[in-house]
Amino acid sequence: MLRMGSGAGFSSDRLAPAIDLARDGALDWLVFETIGERTLAFGHRDRQLDPSRGFNPQLAARMRSVLQHCRDNKTRIMTNMGVANVPAAAQVIIDVARELGLKGLRVATVEGDEVTDQLTDETVLFDYGNKKISEVGRPLVGANAYLGCDAILPAIATDADIIITGRVADPSLFLAPLASHYDWQLDDWNKLGRGTLVGHLMECGMQITGGYFADPGLKDVPRLADCGYPIAEVDTDGEVTITKLETAGGGVTERTVKEQLLYEVHDPARYLTPDVTANFSGVNISETGPSRVHISQATGHERPEKLKVTVGFDGGFLGEAGISYAGPNAAARARLARDILIDLLDRIQGAAGNYRIDLIGLNSLHATAHDNSTDSEDVRVRVAMRTMDRDLAAMMLWEVEALLCCGPAGGGGYRGQITPSVITHSTMIDRDAVAPTTKVYTA
Amino acid sequence: MTRQIPLHKLAHARAGDKGNISCVSVWAYDPGDYLLIKEQLTAERIKQSFPRLIQGEVVRYELDQLNGLNFVMYDALEGGVNTSLGLDSHGKSWSYLILSLPMEVPENRKAH
Repeated sequence: MLRMGSGAGFSSDRLAPAIDLARDGALDWLVFETIGERTLAFGHRDRQLDPSRGFNPQLAARMRSVLQHCRDNKTRIMTNMGVANVPAAAQVIIDVARELGLKGLRVATVEGDEVTDQLTDETVLFDYGNKKISEVGRPLVGANAYLGCDAILPAIATDADIIITGRVADPSLFLAPLASHYDWQLDDWNKLGRGTLVGHLMECGMQITGGYFADPGLKDVPRLADCGYPIAEVDTDGEVTITKLETAGGGVTERTVKEQLLYEVHDPARYLTPDVTANFSGVNISETGPSRVHISQATGHERPEKLKVTVGFDGGFLGEAGISYAGPNAAARARLARDILIDLLDRIQGAAGNYRIDLIGLNSLHATAHDNSTDSEDVRVRVAMRTMDRDLAAMMLWEVEALLCCGPAGGGGYRGQITPSVITHSTMIDRDAVAPTTKVYTA
Repeated sequence: MTRQIPLHKLAHARAGDKGNISCVSVWAYDPGDYLLIKEQLTAERIKQSFPRLIQGEVVRYELDQLNGLNFVMYDALEGGVNTSLGLDSHGKSWSYLILSLPMEVPENRKAH
């Protein structure tokens, strides 16, 4: 039985439960998955601003907290926290290991996912109406191919304590240790399909142990504040039991597993990764004990011919500002504030069409979907604007703040911020256009 | 005779996103309600319920052995996480849009 735990399911995921797993999980592998399309593009931007950055900002904090436990328990670490700067991330881990006195700790890198230099103005973006990169009209920030299990296996073979990668397919972070441990052939599609399901169920951390799930009165989750990360116990055929530490909050149930089974999945019979075309459509899910759920019957077919590539572009700036109205007639005052802003912002050259105004408390998240609006005496006017011109965003913030003295009665709680923005699209690349490499660093 | 109750009382759901595509899986709490949900919660109904939001097609996949349906909604995220100016640019709350749709259930069906 190979025992793998999740220590993060996204870039800002919680740390304490990862420490619990590192200490008490009796794990063979602890896996931190932290890359999304946005975080990858931000990684490129960070590296452009400072060549020593571009990896996950929480890398050092996470390593400082778990490395000693992992060494004590002979738990290896797998992570994509290298994001857009894998060598710099490896050096950070080495530095932390030395600081902790963990002499001899070894880090193996997986590089070769960055394909920025191989794209041209003519490269076709399949998720953007097959338009070319030149037609996006924005500066290219960086592009990365989704590497698979085959790129990670050489790093595992070095016996390094920690494997650090950039963009690899999320499930491959779990599939690679399985394929290595059980010596699965890389064309044994059924086993790769099952190992990919393990990775898919685990890659979002607590989304299978009670996170992103609770709905009071209908779907209650015990001790959600202390929710634990999941543990996968996987056998030689790739059948899996998902569980958690007994001491942790949350719970693994048939329902949490079902919701995660199809999370971000389109056709359940054709889940595409660099490793396999996995088929989740016939799986069985059964509760075998408290917070123990067994999942079987995933299968697989031949892997896709090409690799998917995420291409990041400079999205300029996102400006967001808000002001609130409460008490009698709050909705009418908020609507008046909105109308004033529309009038003024449309007079600012270029602002029309670049912004959106929502009335939080009446109808905001679902405002495009439907017109239903709730009665509320606590309404926040929220303005959002995306623009390449930072000054324009600043002008919008100013107009919202000015409502404090110039707008309807009782407006308060102004906040405004401008953050850099990235835009991502996708293309495909030939497998032989990437050449993954591995390098070992020793503390 | 039938009466209407929100799908929220009969099923749970989770939303995910890839680019400008939203997917929401819907799972019957009680296997006995699955057929009723499958019959009424069609891809066409989802598309027609939110015409301004869902600009593209809606495709439904069925996992009968798990009493679940998966809806893939194209061009349904106002551009997606990196482009939308909406507060919930991932469409994390789209699951509750679908769960708010009314279902016709038999008048004598016991309340949850």
